[in-house]
Amino acid sequence: MLDFLKKSDFFKPFFRREGSGATARERLRLVLLSDHLSLAPDVVDALKAELFAVLSKYVDIDPQHAEVTFEMREREVAMLASVPILAVRNDRPSAPRPPAPPATRVRRRKRKGAVQTKLVPTSMGNSAQA
Amino acid sequence: MRAFETTPVESTTEGQAAAATLGRAIVITSGKGGVGKTTTTANVGTALAALGKRVVLVDADVGLRNLDIVLGLENRVRYHLLDVIEGNVGLDDALVRDKRSENLYLLAAAQAREKEDVDTAEMMNLMEQLRERFEYVLIDCPAGIETGFRNAIAGAQHAIIVCTPEVSAVRDADRVVGLLPNGWSPELIVNRLRPALVKKGKMLSVEDVNAILRLPLLGVIPDEPGVIVSTNKGEPIALDENSAIGAAFRAIAGRIVGEDRGEVSTTTPEPGFFTKLGALFGGRA
Ligand SMILES: Nc1ncnc2c1ncn2[C@@H]1O[C@H](COP(=O)(O)OP(=O)(O)OP(=O)(O)O)[C@@H](O)[C@H]1O
Ligand SMILES: [Mg+2]
Repeated sequence: MLDFLKKSDFFKPFFRREGSGATARERLRLVLLSDHLSLAPDVVDALKAELFAVLSKYVDIDPQHAEVTFEMREREVAMLASVPILAVRNDRPSAPRPPAPPATRVRRRKRKGAVQTKLVPTSMGNSAQA
Repeated sequence: MRAFETTPVESTTEGQAAAATLGRAIVITSGKGGVGKTTTTANVGTALAALGKRVVLVDADVGLRNLDIVLGLENRVRYHLLDVIEGNVGLDDALVRDKRSENLYLLAAAQAREKEDVDTAEMMNLMEQLRERFEYVLIDCPAGIETGFRNAIAGAQHAIIVCTPEVSAVRDADRVVGLLPNGWSPELIVNRLRPALVKKGKMLSVEDVNAILRLPLLGVIPDEPGVIVSTNKGEPIALDENSAIGAAFRAIAGRIVGEDRGEVSTTTPEPGFFTKLGALFGGRA
């Protein structure tokens, strides 16, 4: 019971728990995350290429009509990927899958034959512009 | 040892060849406007001169000249940076000596010109000439990241980033850091801190700001109306012994010349502390 309470407090968004300083902190985190993504097109391109490569191991996709975008929301920056699937591969590898990197929570949803991937980064770096 | 340290060039008299060590050109920049670049340039320069260093302040905000006002030198400015660059006058004609210190000089910006009128290569050349004659060249950078910014950083080797504890200021500072030449290690000044608000959780703390920027902290300057009073009078507050802001600027100058002043405190005395201290010792409040 006690544990549960602690947990629920932990998951409360920052800006409901504290004053406007905390709101500022959270907004700053999100805005910079989004800035860094838009300032690093090479990183985004590499990410897309690898994402498609991984998907292609399991399904035939149509990269021409795929869309990968980043969206700033109230509490997170999300990556939205919409990738048309043409067929399931017969030669797909079997489980087990590699574990997700520690700094990132990955959730997957399926909708209308498209793979929906949502990345919620939990840390960020300095302005990594060349 | 700090990046800013420079060997004294006492032996560099006017007649001597430029074989002596060049001074350091430090650009004071921020991205966002109005966060305190000009105030910082004037006061850190004043405090450096008070430490006996030969200092020149360069107003690189062409078209929006301000530094002369903050220093109270507006009546002495005859020529400006572009006059020198374009060869209309010599450097000696354009350098304005400070009223209070023989070590401190100003090179004003042109008010009636535009930032695009400055040639980057000429600007670099001019900065080098200044470094031959001064131990410190402080460059007051205009807001923004366009031509004016690029010209201001062109002849410098170091940058001081001025940032206030606000989301937009930190965002812009982050952007500017990413635009500085590779290999620079800029240092951070957090300006206009209000420790009472930070304590109540209503303002970003210095730690919050630097969790994002992750730069060596050069100083923290409190927000105080005294700055406005001193700007009105044209007397840099760095000379006011009874002001917390003055003390903060003097500490920054000390660090720049390599004094060991320990870790920078991430908070500042509550407003009024120094005034009370001053009154206690018979100083003017
Ligand atoms: N620590 C402080 N406490 C109170 N007021 C301050 C402080 N620092 C700066 N100010 C005030 O903020 C205003 C802007 O400061 P300043 O002109 O130095 O900023 P700037 O970054 O040079 O602006 P710009 O981008 O327009 O060149 C001035 O009115 C100044 O007096
Ligand atoms: Mg200014």
